[in-house]
Amino acid sequence: MTSLDFYVLLPLIILGIAPVIIMISIAIRRYHPVVNVFSLLALIAAFLTLFSISYYLPRQVTPLLIVDNYALFYWGLIFAGAFFVILLSYKYLKDKNINSEEYYILIFNAVLGSAIIAASNHFISFFLGLELLSVSLYVLIAYTHFNEKPVEAGIKYLILAAVSSAFLLYGMSLVYADTGTMFFPQIAKALITSTGISMLSVYGFALMIIGIGFKLAIVPFHLWTPDVYQGAPAPVTAFIATISKGCVFAFLLRLFYQLNLYSFYPLTLIFIIIAIASMFTGNLLALRQTNVKRILAYSSISHLGYLLIAFLAGGKMGLSAATFYLVAYFITTIGAFGVVTILSNKDEDAEDLEKYKGLYWDKPMIATIFTTMLFSLAGIPLTAGFIGKYYILLSGINTTLWLPVICLIVNSVIGLYYYLRIIVAMYTRSEGKSNEVMAGFSFSGGFALGILTILLVWFGVAPSGILNLINSLVTSLS
Amino acid sequence: MILIYIIIILFVGGLLAWILSRISDALSRWVSLLFLIVDLILAVNLWINSADLFELNTGQNWITQVNLSWIPQFGINFHFGADGLSLLLIMLTLFLGILSVLTSWKGITYRVGFYHFNLLWILAGITGVFTSLDLFLFYSFWEVMLIPMYFLIGIWGHENRIYASFKFFLFTQASGLLMFAAILALYFIHGSISGIYTFDYTALLGTKLSPSTGMWIMLGFLIAFVVKLPAVPFHNWLPDAHTEAPTAGSVILAGLLLKTGAYGILRFVLPLFPDASRNFAPVAIILGVAGILYGAKLAFAQTDFKRLVAYTSVSHMGFILLGAFSFNQLALQGTVLQMLTHGISTSALFILVGSIQDRIHTRDLNRLGGLWEQVPNMGGVGLVFVLASLGLPALGNFIAEFLILTGSFQSTVFWTIIASLGLIASTIYSLRIMQKVFYGKKENNWQISDFDGREILIMASLMISIIWIGIYPQSFLKTSQPSVREILKPLKNSEMIEVTKQSENKHSENFMEFYKKRSLK
Repeated sequence: MTSLDFYVLLPLIILGIAPVIIMISIAIRRYHPVVNVFSLLALIAAFLTLFSISYYLPRQVTPLLIVDNYALFYWGLIFAGAFFVILLSYKYLKDKNINSEEYYILIFNAVLGSAIIAASNHFISFFLGLELLSVSLYVLIAYTHFNEKPVEAGIKYLILAAVSSAFLLYGMSLVYADTGTMFFPQIAKALITSTGISMLSVYGFALMIIGIGFKLAIVPFHLWTPDVYQGAPAPVTAFIATISKGCVFAFLLRLFYQLNLYSFYPLTLIFIIIAIASMFTGNLLALRQTNVKRILAYSSISHLGYLLIAFLAGGKMGLSAATFYLVAYFITTIGAFGVVTILSNKDEDAEDLEKYKGLYWDKPMIATIFTTMLFSLAGIPLTAGFIGKYYILLSGINTTLWLPVICLIVNSVIGLYYYLRIIVAMYTRSEGKSNEVMAGFSFSGGFALGILTILLVWFGVAPSGILNLINSLVTSLS
Repeated sequence: MILIYIIIILFVGGLLAWILSRISDALSRWVSLLFLIVDLILAVNLWINSADLFELNTGQNWITQVNLSWIPQFGINFHFGADGLSLLLIMLTLFLGILSVLTSWKGITYRVGFYHFNLLWILAGITGVFTSLDLFLFYSFWEVMLIPMYFLIGIWGHENRIYASFKFFLFTQASGLLMFAAILALYFIHGSISGIYTFDYTALLGTKLSPSTGMWIMLGFLIAFVVKLPAVPFHNWLPDAHTEAPTAGSVILAGLLLKTGAYGILRFVLPLFPDASRNFAPVAIILGVAGILYGAKLAFAQTDFKRLVAYTSVSHMGFILLGAFSFNQLALQGTVLQMLTHGISTSALFILVGSIQDRIHTRDLNRLGGLWEQVPNMGGVGLVFVLASLGLPALGNFIAEFLILTGSFQSTVFWTIIASLGLIASTIYSLRIMQKVFYGKKENNWQISDFDGREILIMASLMISIIWIGIYPQSFLKTSQPSVREILKPLKNSEMIEVTKQSENKHSENFMEFYKKRSLK
């Protein structure tokens, strides 16, 4: 490895050193605010280095990692997401009255794992990143271990993640048996030169879809989602819903583009079925839920279904549509769980829909922000979610994916119903009685939500800038 | 730019009203009123200044246009424009907006700031709908105006408000998404033919579509508009939403939101899909006539005053469908007038219901009765608007319905005759209102006060407008004529030109001449 190799890995190195420093600081003295601020600064530093390394791209660093513009964009997205999660976590952890410093170490490991996944073009690095992410998440989910639910959720996630990893490894080994390599460019070459479609590889990739599908929580690998979302601490849920899914999705896109798996019809057929099933399952199961975290869990299943349409569309347009949608999804999902986080108190998370009754009259700002987030999830104009959905529709129609597109439209209507239920609850006339169960306001959380809302409206009203950025960076993949 | 100012003033006024309510509720009412009045002055000023344009018949259809780049990657622009049709509807919007603020002056005491915020944002959305010349922009406003409306019904509505607001939102959203898919399809077809991917209305005009795709895309648009209108199989949401909404909400819903559907048909369905519209016309006319009669029948059967008025809208909107799909100048002019007059007369009736309900807390027709003695002013006003609604000459609705029927007679005699029966039906249900509310036996001994100054002001302005349209419709017909001609142009170019059209045009022009001469005297 040359020094330039190290230089382009600088963001990852920062992410690796930061938890070590936190560990040492814990040995000296525990001081939560300092650790929190330090974590934020480390993430900002990692984010800023992205600009300086952008001149040396693309660069293959060892056979394991490829640092290209595509990876750069997703790193930026992951770091920004983690930044907001950490901002939101501060008050949550403080209220829970628990040793909080280790939480940041785990978050950094998870972010590092995600960043590796987004930049891997080798099965080994992907698996390493995935395990780094998963192992950190096992602990993070059960972090508030004095309650029953987080522990239950953690164990559920542990078992299912382990099983799905096994499928993933088996799939990789089949592809390896067929092509004799785990390095993407070489696999691509081997797939092209082999006569016809090798069924062994197709089976291999199909098994890998199980592992990937588990992380993305798409039907039929979604069964863990509602329980884990509900059980995990709210900021961790935000992390699982966005960063852990986003990086795996980035990997999925890379896998399909670099290996040109779109030419394998059975695989695209599988994804069409998964996409449609995810949309309907997510939305229909969300209809009757009374727990906000569960509603958001099911809604995230359906959103991944929408996202798969852009993925299926492929090409430059599909790629940038999927990326834009992910950006919008990151903002809205972190925002929505951020609201849940802010409203949570020591004893329990603010997850019961009952608690949101009349929220608007009590805390108008938070309710307005939550409303904006929900409208974005529902895809109402002037929010980023609408532009994202529009872009997906555009890419779908462009590649004549009529059935998924029609399903998306139908599902948008179904989805409206449960988003409206939350909104209705918030605006129910409360006739003066104040809801005292809800926790108060925190500066860091309020700041995070404020920025997210501004971004949401900005990308919804004037998306030109971000679209240009996505088009110039992300489409380097295709 | 003036159009953008008009919209921005409404958005800003809404925000200000919301913020200022922290200081005092009265302040937020006054601010809303002030911003609306300024806006109305701007719009009326535009109308007066553009009067020459209509006289000269220069063929210059757009009074004012703005075209700014928005999302160039997708060919989306901030393209606003107003022709006579838009301008008339903007003025109606702002006029009824002022009245809505005035009607809620005393009735609304709960969260006044947020209420006015929603009110002004609905008006901003509606103004945007009436002026957008970019289909993406149009769709954005189309959706945006629904959200504050939803809040208005859901928070300040009556007993069953949650159910009604859900139903309203889901109906309109679902149909809106259908329209959005149709917009996208049109965008792609136009792009693949011309190589230019754009949502611009003027560019999309004249896109060549094969008959079957044309029909499908047209239906996508039409269903969204017909749900809003509402025409008969899709009218289900309307009575609930109207009945549960607060008075100002009903005024905006009936007076303006329904008009967006009619406007959409005139602005988008007919010019963009002339062939498909022609092929679909027989069905649309039957739906229209069915709406007229079925709406009237349902209105007659109601015992809830507000629900009754709501169903009369279904009946009156049937005329719009009939007129729009008759494809001649008379009928289209009638349709435009119908939009204005229905907006005024129905709003007046809703305000009347609202003021009765505020006073005695019931809308049940069986419990009312014999109110005239106590409230002669209210009764007099009621009589005027009931007569307007049944189509008495010298009041606006008569002119509108008469023009529509005269126009549609030239395209379909049979259905016009059936539709005329609607006039009899409307007489029956309208007179029933008078009978049940103001005449007849006193069912209960209500202690009820008459209109106060504010309410008389509202009603007087409405009465002046409806009489103005009834006696001198030329001032409005003149404004809308270039737009109507523009709408008809692609339809006339469309392939199926019937032989009878020649004589028909002569008829309609004769009629317009007649009106012009009369007005000159």
